[in-house]
Amino acid sequence: MNSLGAGRDAIVKSMRAGRSGLAPCNFETVVLDTFVGQVAGLDDMRVRSDLAAYDCRNNRLAQLGLELDGFRTTVALAAEKYGAARIGVFMATSTSGILETELAYRRRDSQTGALPGDFHYAETQNTFSLADFVRRYLALEGPAVVVSSACSASAKAFGSAARMLAAGVCDAAVVGGVDSLCLTTLYGFNSLGLVSRLPCRPYDVERDGISLGEGAGFALIEKPSGSVPENAYALLGIGESSDAYHMSTPHPQGLGAKLAMLRALDSAGLQPADIDYVNLHGTGTRTNDASEDQAVFEIFGDGTPCSSTKGSTGHLLGAAGITEAIVSMLAIEQGSMPGGQPTRAIDPALRSNYLLESTAARVDRVLSNSFGFGGSNCSLVLGRAG
Amino acid sequence: MRVCVEGVGLLGPGLCGWQASRAVLTGAEPHLHALTVIPPGDMLPAAERRRIGVPVKLALAVGREAFVNAGRDAAATATVFTSSGGDGENVHQICETLASTEREVSPTRFHNSVHNAAAGYWSIATGSREPSTSLCGYDASFAAGLLEAAAQVTADRTAVALIAYDQRYPQPLHAVRPIGEAFAVALVLAPQRTDRTFAVLDISQVPAEERPTRMTAASLETVRVSVPAGRSLPVLAALARGVAESAILEHVGAYRLRIEVDPC
Repeated sequence: MNSLGAGRDAIVKSMRAGRSGLAPCNFETVVLDTFVGQVAGLDDMRVRSDLAAYDCRNNRLAQLGLELDGFRTTVALAAEKYGAARIGVFMATSTSGILETELAYRRRDSQTGALPGDFHYAETQNTFSLADFVRRYLALEGPAVVVSSACSASAKAFGSAARMLAAGVCDAAVVGGVDSLCLTTLYGFNSLGLVSRLPCRPYDVERDGISLGEGAGFALIEKPSGSVPENAYALLGIGESSDAYHMSTPHPQGLGAKLAMLRALDSAGLQPADIDYVNLHGTGTRTNDASEDQAVFEIFGDGTPCSSTKGSTGHLLGAAGITEAIVSMLAIEQGSMPGGQPTRAIDPALRSNYLLESTAARVDRVLSNSFGFGGSNCSLVLGRAG
Repeated sequence: MRVCVEGVGLLGPGLCGWQASRAVLTGAEPHLHALTVIPPGDMLPAAERRRIGVPVKLALAVGREAFVNAGRDAAATATVFTSSGGDGENVHQICETLASTEREVSPTRFHNSVHNAAAGYWSIATGSREPSTSLCGYDASFAAGLLEAAAQVTADRTAVALIAYDQRYPQPLHAVRPIGEAFAVALVLAPQRTDRTFAVLDISQVPAEERPTRMTAASLETVRVSVPAGRSLPVLAALARGVAESAILEHVGAYRLRIEVDPC
């Protein structure tokens, strides 16, 4: 679920049509000259009534996502098979329901400074809120946690879940990422001079920053067993690293990014030539794209097609990793590598094989990059199941 | 899951370092309540040191103490950070700014607002390019971090440092999320025994009917329940006593965690 559409079919259709979800920002009372990938209808909905205390933009978006593509039914079937206590919940978000707090700070008691009585901290602002909401919504009783490592979080949630399965803590896991628009990120990225006034143009010679978006993505993961379910894909490898360089600027030579990709290939037991398509982190800032390109070029050379889909969805922050993992699986399913729109003129200083247009091809294995503040890097390798 | 403990770091109210706190945790000496000593953050270069808040200072200090005790290289070790609220003072300042007419968020405050700020600064301070994750499990944040660290040690057969920390929110957030005095703890965990191993933890899931282990001393029990990272105290007390015993930690869902501490 994101500004491109609700559910896999809508998102595939939008991407095929080259449609962008980005539009001029008129979110809340924000006065910034930028484009955002906003999901329609969140202001008017409420979360399921038994979870009313959890009502906030982020959990509303989570609920919309959980109701798509038969996901809730798929999880219910898994719960019947394994038992609800054997299914873990590994969520990711960067800002959770902080919008509720931002709004509550405008309504503080004029005498005491107290927050309004209808503000529910634990169920909205706290970073764990998303996992608590999702586990209750799906009636799951296994371990639940939120990974919050900025923009790499929902890629890393796959890693946490896979390790729990490997260690025998769970038999299956719901992995997800949800991030929603809020003032902290819009004004925060703006203060760093990282927000573009136009829809972001990853890898473009004139790229000048990111566009923010909001979205939710979910996946059910299980250990491989004899029969491969329909629509199943394999998490072939995962690689994680830290930059050890700077809080908000990536390592200039992409050292951390390169390490994450190499570790992902190593854990998958694959060579760079085995990868058909790379879904880039590709935020559209000068520094990210330059550093990521160097790392990608050093590993894959100028042959392997790659692109960023953030020009279509905006940067989904804590939901970016899983959204782009799903985009990668759709590339395998559809036999189509997405074009990195709305980029027009590729920066000649960048040497990787950046795709401007969607391109039909058999795709068996994809590497997807997610990098974040604090120098947190994660690469996933996804492929066909069975 | 069985993991070997090589080093501990600790800072909390009346708990000034692991070595200095052992006698308090065993009950040999009384727990004297005192404000948590906030370390200077001197692991970082001056430019970064000026920018960090209390939770990052705590996380860096307990991490360093645990690695010194473990005699292990922090630059070559993966980390798991866990906290309920991260830097609460920073969140408060940003929300105040956003509620004002100017909305000029400081760039430093913004990049410090990410839940993985402590992990980012740790990586810069130690030069570690190893994997690092940052978790939140509300009151069960320590248990969630311990489960993740143990799963990494078990699945990846690698050493992992767990660093848990929590800080009090300023008002008005303190009223809706009361957290006691700042508390931070670090454990260096490894898959195999080394000459630095002083205990083995056997971590399992037990039904939620099992009651969480309390601290015998009332003042330490107050710390345990008042700050999420303080939920680690029963495990630390067992490690300090150096006898075989188990502790139950609260978690979410159908299970709690049982930690059997086996000294060696």
